Amino acid sequence: MASLSLEETVEGGKRLINTSENEDNSAKLEKPTAELPLADLIPSSSSFDPVQAIIEGFKDFKLNEFDPNRPCYDELAKGQEPKFLVFACSDSRVSPSTILNFKPGEAFTVRNIANMVPVFDQLKHSGTGAAIEYAISVLEIPNILVIGHSRCGGIERLMSYPEDRSAPFDFIDDWVKIGLPAKLKVKAIWGNCSFDEQLKQCEKESVKLSLTNLLTYPYVRKAIAKNALKLMGGYYDFVDGKFEVVLFETHFSPPIPAI
Amino acid sequence: MAAPSPTPFSRLFNSSVDARPTSLKTATILGPKLKSGETEQAHLRLLTSFKHLKFKASKEPPGLTQQLDNRKLESLTESENGCDLFEDLKHRFLRFKRRKFKENLDHFQNLAQGQAPKFMIIACADSRVCPSIILGFQPGEAFMVRNVANLVPTFESGPSETNAALEFAVNSLKVENILVIGHSCCGGIRALMSMEDEVDSSSFIRSWVVVGKNARLITKSAASNLSFDQQCRHCEKESVNHSLLNLLTYPWIEEKVAEGVLSLHGGYYDFIDCTFEKWTLDYKASNREKNSRFAVKNQFYWC
Repeated sequence: MASLSLEETVEGGKRLINTSENEDNSAKLEKPTAELPLADLIPSSSSFDPVQAIIEGFKDFKLNEFDPNRPCYDELAKGQEPKFLVFACSDSRVSPSTILNFKPGEAFTVRNIANMVPVFDQLKHSGTGAAIEYAISVLEIPNILVIGHSRCGGIERLMSYPEDRSAPFDFIDDWVKIGLPAKLKVKAIWGNCSFDEQLKQCEKESVKLSLTNLLTYPYVRKAIAKNALKLMGGYYDFVDGKFEVVLFETHFSPPIPAI
Repeated sequence: MAAPSPTPFSRLFNSSVDARPTSLKTATILGPKLKSGETEQAHLRLLTSFKHLKFKASKEPPGLTQQLDNRKLESLTESENGCDLFEDLKHRFLRFKRRKFKENLDHFQNLAQGQAPKFMIIACADSRVCPSIILGFQPGEAFMVRNVANLVPTFESGPSETNAALEFAVNSLKVENILVIGHSCCGGIRALMSMEDEVDSSSFIRSWVVVGKNARLITKSAASNLSFDQQCRHCEKESVNHSLLNLLTYPWIEEKVAEGVLSLHGGYYDFIDCTFEKWTLDYKASNREKNSRFAVKNQFYWC
């Protein structure tokens, strides 16, 4: 793996990168600029320009959201106290900030393929575990919301493979098989329904499975026992424009004596 | 369907809401499902309940929008368990539906058929740094992975949630840009910088942030004279570059970058001063031999 030299580490962006030594690229490179007003940075190309897209987006955020609410953002910079830990899919259509209007500071958000929460496994799933541990033990977030959605590619892969005899994916298949118990349940109950119906049911069952898997994390169980944590599932249907929520509760029945 | 619950929320929705009574199901949380003949301790059946509330907002009666606007939306004041939170989520969703979904119905109908985002974003799970907010990504524009400290593990480290998303974005969706965004005051980077060299890693956080250990090593050697806070800031940026290099350990990513159909970008969001830096990995200019340097181009700093 290539190593980074200190000179080329980006430091506040205020230094200009000297591009004159990269002769091959001098024709293609724009001169890097520093600290220019945002309005001067907008190129006039009509095709999609990723830099322009980000410039416009950040400009809009800074001028219309950050600057008018400076005191709130100053407070946020000192620390976050989000009320939600959200698990959502990486799908570009289902950003929780967009559909549930979460403002900065409100939702600690994990996004992965098919919004899955795996069973506690420190070796294999340290990423998810780290997010849960940080959210619950450090930030003491009182609500976890797992949001599934319609037309989920990850769930479709789970339901299709390996029955469709397609070539395996290196990483996707290993990840989505977390949802196997949900697939088995769907096949058992809705196996005679259309594939589309099975997909929809699996999208919802997978959310319930993830909520169940959350209970395998000791800090989650501890917080629930202290009544300091609620678990919820959501389902966003962007075909029909609907959203539904389930509250997940666990409790024991009163004792049933054996006579 | 009549709403059995007498909360104000259900009165508003009447025929639209589907507030089902609590459903109780026997389920196992850990271990195999118990068959009735095998149950030894019947008094310890674990019950799970899923209370259902559905927002069929697409069928709300006329005037409902106005009712919602006029309502005082003090969340977390209801006494029923979870209803206050549902109220909050309901309001949030309906606001999106009103302001975005309905205004752009054609666009959303097209999106429902499939997504073709130009970006894959890897950002931190921190509540203050959602790229949809700070960079204005609209539905359909950015496939997003968010994890602690926006880290990218190497190809050799094996399957993980982050590289499953990478595989999907690059090989299935064929995104043209990957942008890794670091940020100020990152708790994950702070944890990485605070780690002792020999440590009992019973903590998940430690097991995960160690993915960024090379960034920590470089920071420690380059910036040891700086304060701890300054070192963390240095590491936040170093870690972004480290993640970009880790992206190149994936053969199908390096291949596309070499062909020029995929660009790798680094970003850094400073929410103290509200500034954003962005730079692009210059693959062709980077020397790919051992101990090669990492060249950047198109570096911008916006403030």
